[in-house]
Amino acid sequence: MDTFLQQLINGLTAGSVYAVVALGYTMVYGIIQLINFAHGEVVMIGAMVAFTVINALAPSGLPPLAVVLIGTGCAVPVCMLVGYSMERLAYRPLRGAPRLAPLITAIGVSIILQHLALMIWSRNIMAFPQIIESRTYFIAGAAITTVQIAILGICVLLMGALALLVYRTPLGTAMRATAQNPQVAGLMGIDVNRVIAATFVIGAALGAVAGVLFGTYYGIAQYTMGSVLGLKAFSAAVLGGIGNIPGAMLGGVLLGLVEALGAGYIGDLTDLCQYGWLSGLIDACAGGGHFILFGSNYQDVFAFVVLILVLVIRPSGLLGERVGERA
Amino acid sequence: MLEVRQLQVRYGGIRAVKGVDLDVGEGELVCLIGANGAGKSSTLKAICRLIASDSSRLSYLGSDIRKSLVHELPRRGLVMVPEGRGIFPQLTVHENLAMGAYARGGGDPAAQYERFPRLKERRHQVAGTLSGGEQQMLAIARALMSEPKLLLLDEPSMGLAPQMVAKIFEIVREIAAQGVTILLVEQNALLALELAHRGYVMESGEISLAGEAKRLLENPRVREAYLGEGAG
Ligand SMILES: Nc1ncnc2c1ncn2[C@@H]1O[C@H](COP(=O)(O)OP(=O)(O)OP(=O)(O)O)[C@@H](O)[C@H]1O
Ligand SMILES: [Mg+2]
Repeated sequence: MDTFLQQLINGLTAGSVYAVVALGYTMVYGIIQLINFAHGEVVMIGAMVAFTVINALAPSGLPPLAVVLIGTGCAVPVCMLVGYSMERLAYRPLRGAPRLAPLITAIGVSIILQHLALMIWSRNIMAFPQIIESRTYFIAGAAITTVQIAILGICVLLMGALALLVYRTPLGTAMRATAQNPQVAGLMGIDVNRVIAATFVIGAALGAVAGVLFGTYYGIAQYTMGSVLGLKAFSAAVLGGIGNIPGAMLGGVLLGLVEALGAGYIGDLTDLCQYGWLSGLIDACAGGGHFILFGSNYQDVFAFVVLILVLVIRPSGLLGERVGERA
Repeated sequence: MLEVRQLQVRYGGIRAVKGVDLDVGEGELVCLIGANGAGKSSTLKAICRLIASDSSRLSYLGSDIRKSLVHELPRRGLVMVPEGRGIFPQLTVHENLAMGAYARGGGDPAAQYERFPRLKERRHQVAGTLSGGEQQMLAIARALMSEPKLLLLDEPSMGLAPQMVAKIFEIVREIAAQGVTILLVEQNALLALELAHRGYVMESGEISLAGEAKRLLENPRVREAYLGEGAG
């Protein structure tokens, strides 16, 4: 099996989901300079709602695709409502307050949502029912499943649709205008509050679908899944340049690739037995054994290594502009 | 058309506007002149509801707008071109114009391109890369996209070379001739008073003089303070 190609496929799949989640962070940041830490929780709620519906409908004999679609169809409006409510109730009253206030509120909203999910769904892990027969195709020694193909396709579609919305419609232009100068946007007759609410709702809808895809990919969903996924997507947004929409897409895909390739090779690279002078010192190496310092279970670390490197080397991200400190 | 009575604006403890009375009649071109920090911009922003204010009366086309929201007024034809132009720097010229028409659900920029051929040439250029004069044209064109009835202009000549200033004033004259009512705030008192029907002079938050523009031009106090003439 070709490790490189295989990890490329896996990385692209996970990365495209990160990209869709990262859009939610970057759009909100772009328009009100808020890092909405609760966005990961929205993604989690999307997965939980969808899994609940899918599990309930699995024995019904409906075609599997219909079951998944209905599940997603329920998750999206729920998440849109959650996104709208958090903006309306938690962030709007703090508009114009010092930046620390909404930031801490975001962390609070995140904790509240996570505990609400805990109350509703308990701490049990929900499994994706075995209804989809995933087929596996082989290209040049690497495997790709129908689920991976579907995830990639849906994510590309979502990103394309969002780009069209933002760059080709009056609402999208109003969103960009509001991001650049909310006061003047108001003077143009743009209802700034509505545009900001729309940004949250669109980001949440994307997050809901991403949550379903992510859950489907790994086959499980749990009330804690939003934290790590959210932090990774946030890292992706920072990597691309927070506030920058193409940046979030690029950052998500890159992060997925770094993570997958890193996980694919870290075991080999940190197998101390391959370093001649060391292998003599380690008993386990005798007779062709291995002594692996970091296994592929260190996968989650890469996102944060990337985040730290970006913050140190290029805080504005790959596509972001250098912005001075904003008060 | 616009009636303002006892308008007050406070920034924290500072009183920037201290009880201003001001009227603009249909079809008039009225200018508001005064030194830096006199409170002219604050007055305009208060009228547009961009900042909080107190007044005994603030009415536009006969209806009280003291409780109106910023974005509601452009739909009713009350539009401001803010100080410093306020173009959207990362949108193209075309998108900036489209935002001007947002209040009335979109519009055709052809008339504006005809008025400002320079903007037409640059319609796909990002607005932040325009020169200062071009940005001011864009700001005015964008406001006109909403087909205003009352246009508030805050120092449209600010930071422009004399030639461009003359051009901007010419455009203001044209717009007024087409029937748009204008309230013009200007540092350039001479040009503003020559153009306007009536004028108000503002000093540290209060209206100190008001009257026909021609009269103000002849007023010795105005000549001394704003037209750069010695008292002699
Ligand atoms: N956001 C603000 N916070 C505090 N004070 C302000 C604010 N905006 C204006 N001021 C103060 O209010 C007063 C009036 O300001 P304003 O901008 O209305 O003056 P202006 O007549 O437009 O001056 P200029 O000709 O320089 O534009 C000034 O003393 C100014 O310092
Ligand atoms: Mg001013």
